[in-house]
Amino acid sequence: MATALPPYVGPMGKVWHYSFRFLCGLIFLFLILPILVIIPLSFNAEPYFTFSPGMLAFESTAYSTRWYQDILNNEQWLFSIKNSFIIAFFATFLATGLGTLAALGLSRSNLPGRGAIMGILISPMIVPLIISAAGMYFFYSGVCIPPEWSFGMLEERACLTQSFPGIILAHAALGTPFVVITVTATLVGFDHSLTRASASLGANPTTTFFKIIVPLILPGVISGALFAFITSFDEVVVVLFISGFEQRTVPRQMWAGIREQISPTILAVATMLIIFSVLLMTVLELLRRRNDRLRGVQES
Amino acid sequence: MAQVDTSGPMLDAAGVPLKLSLARAERRNRMRALALVLPLLAFILITFVYPIALMVFRGVDNPTVSEILPETAEMLRAWDGEGLPGDEIYDSMAREFAAAAKERSLGKVATRLNYELAGSRSLITKAGRNLRRLKTEPTKADLVALDKRWSEPETWSVMKRLAEPYTLSYYLAAIDKTYSVEGAIVDQPESRQIYVPLFLRTLWVSLLITALCVLLAYPIAYLMAILPTKTSNLLMILVLLPFWTSLLVRTSSWIVLLQTEGVLNDILVWTGIIGEDGRIQMIYNMTGTVVAMVHILLPFMVLPLFSVMKTISPSYMRAAKSLGATPARAFWTVYFPQTVPGIGAGSILVFILAIGYYITPALVGGRTGQLISNFIAYHMQQSLNWGLAAALGGILLAGVLALYWLYNRLVGIDNMKLG
Repeated sequence: MATALPPYVGPMGKVWHYSFRFLCGLIFLFLILPILVIIPLSFNAEPYFTFSPGMLAFESTAYSTRWYQDILNNEQWLFSIKNSFIIAFFATFLATGLGTLAALGLSRSNLPGRGAIMGILISPMIVPLIISAAGMYFFYSGVCIPPEWSFGMLEERACLTQSFPGIILAHAALGTPFVVITVTATLVGFDHSLTRASASLGANPTTTFFKIIVPLILPGVISGALFAFITSFDEVVVVLFISGFEQRTVPRQMWAGIREQISPTILAVATMLIIFSVLLMTVLELLRRRNDRLRGVQES
Repeated sequence: MAQVDTSGPMLDAAGVPLKLSLARAERRNRMRALALVLPLLAFILITFVYPIALMVFRGVDNPTVSEILPETAEMLRAWDGEGLPGDEIYDSMAREFAAAAKERSLGKVATRLNYELAGSRSLITKAGRNLRRLKTEPTKADLVALDKRWSEPETWSVMKRLAEPYTLSYYLAAIDKTYSVEGAIVDQPESRQIYVPLFLRTLWVSLLITALCVLLAYPIAYLMAILPTKTSNLLMILVLLPFWTSLLVRTSSWIVLLQTEGVLNDILVWTGIIGEDGRIQMIYNMTGTVVAMVHILLPFMVLPLFSVMKTISPSYMRAAKSLGATPARAFWTVYFPQTVPGIGAGSILVFILAIGYYITPALVGGRTGQLISNFIAYHMQQSLNWGLAAALGGILLAGVLALYWLYNRLVGIDNMKLG
C-alpha cells in the first residue's frame, strides 16, 4: 500500500496495521465480488448458475456466448431494451430541464420558503417506492382521455396507466431530485459577479444564460442527467404497478426472469448492464474532474 | 444639474426613494427565483405529491355502501344504532340488494363487509342471488328468511359503520385493532395480529442493516481518508461501481452466490467444510434479505462518512498521541467524536431507504424475509384490499417523513452527497 509504516512503529502496531488492511480488503471484496462473479458465469456453456468443473479448468468448451445470442434472438428482450431507452431518454429530458431551472431558482438566497420547497422537491427520492407506485397507480388510472377527445387518434379510452407518457412522467418525477441536488451543488461555488459582468457588457439575460451560466454548470447538469437516466433505467417498482405489456422494460423483464424462469440469459443481461454502469461512471468521473478544474479546486 | 436634496430620503436616478427602489428590485428578484422553481414544483405536486395524498386518503375513504346502496346508507346513518333497525331500513336494503345484484355491483359490498366481518361475504351474495329472482318487490320478510344473521344486531352495527362516508377501520386493521360489536376499539384476536409484529420486524431489520452498514463502512471510509488521493480514488471505484450497478443485477448476484446450488455453497462443499447434503440455506429467508440489503445500501453509508473523515486533520491524532494517549484512546476520544455527524447522516439515510425497501426482500426474502412494503404490494396486487394497503402505506409514510424531517434538521438536504 502507498503509505509506508513509519520506522518507530512497534510489533503490535505492525500487526494492527496489517490486520486492519486485511479487514478492509475483505469489506471491499464483499462490495465488489458479487458484481464480478456474474461476468464469467454469463459465459457458462451450461444452463447453470455456478461454475462448472470445465470452467474452473479453463477449458474453452466450457465457455460460450450462447446466452448473449439468446438475447439478440429474443424479441422480448430486444423490445424491452428499446422501451427502456425510450422511457429513460424522455424522462431524463424532462427531469433535467425542470430540475436545472429549479436549481437555478433555489440557488438564489432570496427565494421565499426555500427550505419547504426543497423538502418537497427532494421527497421523491425519500418516499418508499412502493408508496409512490401505489399512489401513482391510483392517480394515473383515473387520468384518462375518452376517444372523442383524441382527434381520432384513439379507438378506446386511454389512461395514463399502461401508457408510455404515464411511465415517463412517473420516472421524471423520481429523477428530478438527483438533478436538483447535483446542479445546486455546482452552483454553490458559483461566482455571481460573472453574470453581472456579462450584463454590464451588454448581454441580455438569455445570452448571459447560454454563454456564461450554462457552460459553467454543465458538468453538474450532465451528472444530474446521468443520475436521472440510471434512475429511470433501473426502476422497476413503479413499472410493475403502472405499465402494461407494451411498456415492458429491461428491469421488468429481469424481475420476471428472476421470479419465474431463472436462466443464465439474466446473467448476460446483467453483465451488459454492469458494462453500461462502468461507462456511466467513467463519464461522471471525467465530468467531476472538469468541474473541479473549472472551479479551480486543486487535487490535494 | 438637479439640486441634491439632503433633507429628504435618498433618491435613485429616477427620483424614487432608494429604500423603495431597493425593495422593489428585491421583490423582482424573489419573483424571478420563484418563477424558475415553479414549473418543477407544480410538476412534483401534480405527479407525485397529489397521488400520494390520494393514496393516504384511500385509507379512510369508505364509499362502497354509500354509492351502491345510497338510500339504505342514508337511513342507516340516521338510525341510532340501538338493537335492530326499523322495518323501513330492512325493506330498503332488500330492494337495493336486488337492484345492485342485477347491476352486478353487489360483489363490492360483499367484499367490503367481508373485510369488517370475516366470513360474511356469502351473507350478501346469497341475499343478492335470491332477492333478484323475486317477482315482487323484495321486503324485510324475504331478507330475514334467507339468513338468521339478518336478525342479529351485530350484523347491523357493522352495516351502519359501513354506511358512513369515512372509516377508521383500515387504519385500525393496520395496527391490529378492530371495532367490537358495541363499536368500541379492541385488539384483533391474537391469531390475526400480523401487522404490528410486521412493523416491528421491519424496524428491527432496518436497524440491523443500518448497524451492519456502519460497522462495514467505517473501516473502509477511514482507510480511504488516510490514504493519498490517488489510491483512495481507486478504492472509491470499488464503492461506486456497486452504487451504479442496477439493483436487479446486484440482487441476482446474491442469488447466484448464496443459493443452495450456488457458488458459496459449492466452495464450502469443495473445501470440505460442509458435506454435500449439508448445504446451507442462505437465501430466500431473512439472512438473504439482510445480506443483499447491506450490500446495496453500504455505499450510502461510505460516502457521507468518507466526506466527513476527509475533513479531519491528521494532526489532531498526532497531537493526542504526542500528549501520551495510546492509539486506541486517541482514536476514541479525539477522532471518533468528530465522525459522529457522518455516522448520523449515513445512518438516517440508510435507515430511511431500508425501511421502505421492496425489491430485494421480494426477490430474496422468501417467506420469512418479507417486510412491510411487501405486504403493501400484496394488498395492492393480490388481495386487492386497497384500503388496507393505503393505511399500511400511510403509517410507513408518516414514519419516513418524520425521519426525513430529522435528517433535514441534522444534516440539511443540501448536504446530501451523491457520488
